[in-house]
Amino acid sequence: MDKEELKQKIYSLVEQSMGKKKLKQSDIEKKISEEAGVTRQDVKAALKELIDEGKLIYTYFGGSFVEIPPKQ
Amino acid sequence: MSELPKTPLLDELEKGPWPSFVTEIKKAAKKNLMAKDELAQLEKSYTDKRGYWKHGGIVGVRGYGAGVIGRYSSLPDQFPNVANFHTVRINSIAGFFYTSDAIKMMCDIWDKYGSGLTNFHGSTGDIILLGTNTENLEPLFAEFSSRGWDLGGSGSAMRTPSCCVGPARCEWSNIDTLDITYSITQEFQDELHRPAFPYKFKFKTAGCAVDCIASIARADCSIIGTWKGNIAIDQDAVKWYEKNGMNIQEEIVNRCPTKCMSYDGKTLKINDEDCSRCMHCIAKMTKALKPTGERGATILIGSKAPFVIGATLSWVIIPFMKMEPPYTELKEFTRKVWEYWDEYGKNRERIGELIIRRGMRDFLEYVGIQPDPRMVKEPRRDPFYFWKEEELVPNSKL
Repeated sequence: MDKEELKQKIYSLVEQSMGKKKLKQSDIEKKISEEAGVTRQDVKAALKELIDEGKLIYTYFGGSFVEIPPKQ
Repeated sequence: MSELPKTPLLDELEKGPWPSFVTEIKKAAKKNLMAKDELAQLEKSYTDKRGYWKHGGIVGVRGYGAGVIGRYSSLPDQFPNVANFHTVRINSIAGFFYTSDAIKMMCDIWDKYGSGLTNFHGSTGDIILLGTNTENLEPLFAEFSSRGWDLGGSGSAMRTPSCCVGPARCEWSNIDTLDITYSITQEFQDELHRPAFPYKFKFKTAGCAVDCIASIARADCSIIGTWKGNIAIDQDAVKWYEKNGMNIQEEIVNRCPTKCMSYDGKTLKINDEDCSRCMHCIAKMTKALKPTGERGATILIGSKAPFVIGATLSWVIIPFMKMEPPYTELKEFTRKVWEYWDEYGKNRERIGELIIRRGMRDFLEYVGIQPDPRMVKEPRRDPFYFWKEEELVPNSKL
């Protein structure tokens, strides 16, 4: 799976979880690496790009989570 | 700027001989609207006997998940200048060494973008910048970043590592605390800025068991310098202490936690095999006693302030580890500990709480460390390890 595809998969997971469950970075790494058959390092690197691009952000609600930024 | 709000309750805290935080906030409030509203909201909190801050949420600088702690007034209409009043953590220098120019530069930037109020340092060890609004976060970070500074840790991340002054200013440091802290900071940049843990994780490094940084009480991983050799005794210096009023028997021998010392009025003796390297005698008689032999560190895990199970001290996991650059053994051990925590930790569960929940045996098996009688749960308590039935092989000689 190429990185763009992996990024899309991560984004979709976060999007689907909105309003249901807040995901920690490790939740995403575990789930995506299992589903996509890639290493956690690969997921981590893809997630890092999504964060750096501003498509996903970290939030803090008694713990740190990864979420989609609110629409301005 | 208009005059300061009336603060009769806070004024009480300016009385007496000591410096007052109220005086400092008032000084800042004379030239800064955020500090002025902070002062007014605090007076209201004292009047109403309740706090008006909320924290957390969605705030930070791009690419970072740590370093900014969102803080909001719950009375934004009344105090609009602190409607959002975020805390910024700047990664401190190992050992807290700064030039006066560096501090002036930081303060100039902070006066430009924030309230002008700071903590040097917060309990985390970071430089704390107290209060700025959301719009100012990116330009503030850009100014610090362009001068070589970085944000510290917050949230479910590795927190900014901190240490005692170590060999830079102390003759008793068994390890280079500053270099270890710097090396950990560089190695674990992702873990510091991109929170991926179940909860926070703190490193604190002390050069000796005096533990000036209080690592044993407040770090998930406490690194405390120690030594393997004997304590060298200068008997003439011991006599000098006695001649100058020290009661060697009372103040040194009787207070040795392992009772490994004796003094007959002429000669001080130490049974080094029983010494736990607590540093009490050395710290009291610095001219007379000094460690010798190989230096390294004891690695302890698990202390924390009260939360789920109350305050806990770190306990010994590795009694002696050589501490030489690039500290590969320490870094590999740390990664293994994090892997265990990632595998089994619940949200908001510290590593120490996890070990207590699942048991020391489970933890040691996972990280691949053999149990050792020196792995005490607390000072002078029994080893914290439970054997499996199959491990209890009867000794044929008994």
